[in-house]
Amino acid sequence: MAVTLMQGNEAVGWGALAAGCRFYAGYPITPSSEIAEMLSRELPKYGGKFIQMEDEIASLAACIGASVGGVKSMTATSGPGFSLMQEHIGYAAMTEVPCVIVSVQRLGPSTGQPTSPSQGDVMQARWGTHGDHPIIVLYPNSVPKAFGLTVTAFNLAEKYRTPVILLMDEVIAHMRERFEMPPFESLTVIDRMGTNVPPEWYKPYGDTIGDVPPMPSFGSGYRYHITGLFHDVMGYPTQRLDEINPLVERMQRKINNHLEDILLFEEEETDDANTVIIAYGVTSRSARHAMRLARNHRHNIGLLTLYTIWPFPEEAVMRIGRSARRVIVPEMNLGQLALEVERAVGKHKVVRVNRADGEMISPQMILQAIEGR
Amino acid sequence: MDKDERSAYSYLRTTKKFPNIWCSGCGIGIVMGALIRAIDRMGLDKNKIALVSGIGCSGRMPVYMDFNTMHTTHGRALAFATGLKLAKPELKVVVIMGDGDALAIGGNHFIHAARRNIDLTAIVINNQIYGMTGGQYSPTTPLEMRATTAPYGHVEPPFPICELAIAAGATYVARSTVYHAVELDKFIEHAIQKVGFSLVEAVSYCHTTFGRLNKIGSAVEMMHQLKEMSISLSAAEKLTPEERSLKIIRGVLHNIDKPDYSSLYDKVIERAKASVTGKEYMRAGPGGLE
Repeated sequence: MAVTLMQGNEAVGWGALAAGCRFYAGYPITPSSEIAEMLSRELPKYGGKFIQMEDEIASLAACIGASVGGVKSMTATSGPGFSLMQEHIGYAAMTEVPCVIVSVQRLGPSTGQPTSPSQGDVMQARWGTHGDHPIIVLYPNSVPKAFGLTVTAFNLAEKYRTPVILLMDEVIAHMRERFEMPPFESLTVIDRMGTNVPPEWYKPYGDTIGDVPPMPSFGSGYRYHITGLFHDVMGYPTQRLDEINPLVERMQRKINNHLEDILLFEEEETDDANTVIIAYGVTSRSARHAMRLARNHRHNIGLLTLYTIWPFPEEAVMRIGRSARRVIVPEMNLGQLALEVERAVGKHKVVRVNRADGEMISPQMILQAIEGR
Repeated sequence: MDKDERSAYSYLRTTKKFPNIWCSGCGIGIVMGALIRAIDRMGLDKNKIALVSGIGCSGRMPVYMDFNTMHTTHGRALAFATGLKLAKPELKVVVIMGDGDALAIGGNHFIHAARRNIDLTAIVINNQIYGMTGGQYSPTTPLEMRATTAPYGHVEPPFPICELAIAAGATYVARSTVYHAVELDKFIEHAIQKVGFSLVEAVSYCHTTFGRLNKIGSAVEMMHQLKEMSISLSAAEKLTPEERSLKIIRGVLHNIDKPDYSSLYDKVIERAKASVTGKEYMRAGPGGLE
């Protein structure tokens, strides 16, 4: 297929279609609206459905409902809408219903700056909904990655029966970049595991190898119960500790035992580096440029780009902490993922580079940190 | 099906731990019975029925019944049901809500589901109070009544549930009470059969909170009160507006035919597929379009 200039938001839409998404429910919000517009145009061509709901709470609810009906579903929003979606991110995590939530971040808090970039939702993506819950958060740094990670987001959601959040920078969402979209059939697309046990044997929240129970859709002959309350293996509400604890543990295990599959990152020139920049999203591109400039001046600089930010790639970061003397963490916020990096490598090794005013972090800002200015 | 198989018992989850969580004397069980009788009468396949509920006493109803059941979040049941119905149009989706659930926290979802005319059956069990949380006033608590958050009497006027649904665009709207169980069976049956957004308001009571706080008495007294306060639609037409305002008017208040959301969206799919050009096909990639 031809090379095109494509916007990040558009790439997310195509990635969703490629992954088999056939339902989108959303509410308009800058800077994510192009995803909704694109899918309202394209989804019906694939026999899929688009609906604009009355708010973001209802949008994610409709996605979860559609997913229970067996259809891969997605919604997209930005900060204020992402805040509203937290209720149902928790519900999807608790009920283990696959869905993809895109948050194209804008400068916050509150209405903030709707058209300015920010990486301020990093902690909200992890802890925005109440209670201990597993979550996967992916973070693209280019238009091709926006496409690819959207496909990955669906695959992980289906494979692990979990909500997956795709956090995007406004800069990636609205920037047009060179992109050659791969043929859909060349992509690996994972569908959720069904079951063929007799319906009376089926346990929707049973202990299963790999800790992810199969999920037949409503209407398929397997009648079961879904609730946001703590539930037993049949999905029925429970207050028994011997039923609550296994659920809490299994939900954590199903993510924590598959980190090799879930954690995506890329290391560049870290072998000889005494200083490593750890970055994500568009900031990683400023970081790469800064690394090149610094290498020209014979500074041994490396770069670790994170594509999965939650669960936090602790092992990889700790390994870097053992070899590097210094770790630089540039972020378009006042230091959110830096807290995790500090926990992994020790606070004394971390140099933060931050801004939260709606402007990008330039390579020069990172270079200054490298040179200790 | 033989008679035994069609008894109410066959619709209950035998693996579920009974008894239910409701106070003895509660009206919710009567609505549950009416729903089962309506479904039984229609002879519907259990696999093709989904029950979706919100939060509160009424939210606990689906778990006892052997269908595809989903207990969602407070006020949002209709939004979940919207997604489920669009994904699986062959399912009969019944949404069970309470008055606080459907009209306070879920008020926005309620009017928009009605406006879109999604083919759902909404049952609102109206006990005029938040029962599960201990008796706080709800959007349907009548003026002057006591609640734990209205210790000096309530000052807000109540929401008329049926009139709200009619104004918002529902196709079928009926009201009855848990005293009139046979009538409730019939209205729920109509509502499930109706294509489009249908609403049945089942007026109930909460003797544990509302009855105690307002010194009305036990479940039996509250049941008597429902009987005395309610009046059929035809009888109500003979009353003055003032007299009517004091009554619970039972009957089919609204019944119209118009295309539901899914049938209109199917046309969108047809139009979109017809608009696919060679260039767009290329963009989608080989095999991309079904």
